[in-house]
Amino acid sequence: MSASFLLRRLAYLALTAFLVSLIVFGVTQLLPANAATMILGEYATPEALAALNQRLGLDQPAIVQYGTWLGNALQGDFGTSLRTSQPVGPSIMAAFGRSAILAALSLAVVCVIAIPLGVIAGTRRGGPADLGLSVVSYLGVSLPEFVLATLLLVWLAGPSVGLFPASGYTPFSEDPLDALHHMALPVITLAVILTAHISRMVRSEMVDTLQSDFVRAARLRGLAKRQVIYNHALRNSMLPAITVIALDVGYLIGGVIVVEEVFAFPGIGRQLILAIQNRDLPMLQAGALIMALTYALANLAADLAYAALDKRIQYK
Amino acid sequence: MKTLRALLRNPQGAAGLVLCTLVLFAALFGPAIAPNDPETFHFGARFAGPSAEFPLGTDWYGRDLLSRVLVGARSTVLLALLATFIGTVAGALIGVVSGYLGGVMDEILMRLTDAVMAIPSLLFALMILAALGSSALNAVLAIGIAFAPGMARIARSVTLQVRSLDYVAAAKARGESLPWIVGAEILPNTIAPVIVEGTIRVAFAIMTLATLSFLGLGAQPPSPEWGLMIAEARDHLFRSPWPVAVPGAAIALVAIGFNLLGDGLRDVLNPKTGDHA
Repeated sequence: MSASFLLRRLAYLALTAFLVSLIVFGVTQLLPANAATMILGEYATPEALAALNQRLGLDQPAIVQYGTWLGNALQGDFGTSLRTSQPVGPSIMAAFGRSAILAALSLAVVCVIAIPLGVIAGTRRGGPADLGLSVVSYLGVSLPEFVLATLLLVWLAGPSVGLFPASGYTPFSEDPLDALHHMALPVITLAVILTAHISRMVRSEMVDTLQSDFVRAARLRGLAKRQVIYNHALRNSMLPAITVIALDVGYLIGGVIVVEEVFAFPGIGRQLILAIQNRDLPMLQAGALIMALTYALANLAADLAYAALDKRIQYK
Repeated sequence: MKTLRALLRNPQGAAGLVLCTLVLFAALFGPAIAPNDPETFHFGARFAGPSAEFPLGTDWYGRDLLSRVLVGARSTVLLALLATFIGTVAGALIGVVSGYLGGVMDEILMRLTDAVMAIPSLLFALMILAALGSSALNAVLAIGIAFAPGMARIARSVTLQVRSLDYVAAAKARGESLPWIVGAEILPNTIAPVIVEGTIRVAFAIMTLATLSFLGLGAQPPSPEWGLMIAEARDHLFRSPWPVAVPGAAIALVAIGFNLLGDGLRDVLNPKTGDHA
């Protein structure tokens, strides 16, 4: 990977991060006529409004407010939560850490399940395995996370089965087994939905690759079918799969928000919903910014992995 | 007509078309065909399973679930269609104008859509709702705005292909105005890919709208919006699975219908081979 490619990609990340911060700030703070009115209600006295405006810095011009907010955010200071009166930074980072474990576990499960499923379906196109996968993945793509999560909750956490706890969270440091037990239902929900997305993509890539010339050439050279699939086709199908997985981090972030709400998991998604319900602007901005940046970083990681695996990319 | 016949020969397209027609019928005539009143409490039949009187069971107040889902189709399906329509029209216009003008304007518009697309769409919709306040119509608007950039990308790439063709040059040489060239020469060419994308987006809009209502940020009680029905059922989860399963199945069925129809349309209208478009 050449240094100039890396530099260009990092510059692009910085530009994206800047624009995203602008959008997050603009949408959350500037669209409503006045955040203080939003917080105090329509019938607040003018004095109370003026005092809150001054405390939040809302009497400053928009560009100054943005500059102050961004400058502080870059130093890890996201302001004080309007709901809990605690600093936003530490609590949002702790919540982010818990969500990251949840997301990483789900992604790991998905990679282990979705890639073999896609390969099997793609190599036996039209067979029963392929048909079964396409029906199930259609269902998975068409089922919102909250429906699947609630159904799993009714079924697996209900009094008759009682396999998993319905909600809550235990830190890994306290009791790893109990922590996994609490994360099982959220992880299963996210894994099922993402598997539906990713196995479909791996399948269609596999089908394309198996029809390409170099695979036919390998078969004509007399190589075993298994060897061709694993050494030739799979490696080439993995490149697009990486991009798909990175794109699906976007779905995953949406899914994490919903699943945390259903299972009362104290992660960043739940903080975000709480912030919206309570008009907690600093918390909302911090949560949205961190999630959007996570997505941008996932895309960067995918680009770099892609470039490392495929030497042609960097010369483009 | 040719498209319709080709669509009916395509198994996915035919299944999707039948499902979507049924769903649209339910959305338009739901209140007329509902067997019971969706708001009447039947305290003698709370948490009932399916029966002749209540074909899909009842909820915690004994309200008929089939009737609620049929009436709720209006607030879920029609509003999702509206959201997709807003996003599609806004996105197509931005994309066509950006692709046609090119230059600095194109660069600015595309960097902006890049930045919006760098934010996961549910998160972006949540941010807009936080600013506008929770209501079903604001949720529609939020989904529409979140959809526009993706649609703009597609419309722009088609515009770039069409812009250099002879008949556009001919229109320019005739001295036609910019709105005329965009409206009469370029927009019609973007319709096939935009319709395919839009149909699949309807499925996504229904799921997102239901999700926003489930999170308490979209439709408000006592609306029988499907996501809201599931949110309200959470207080009574372990008494009966029907109040969750029925609206959940309705959402999945509609989303499957539009996904199938979109995939079928893509095969039939395939913008790349272009033999029908």
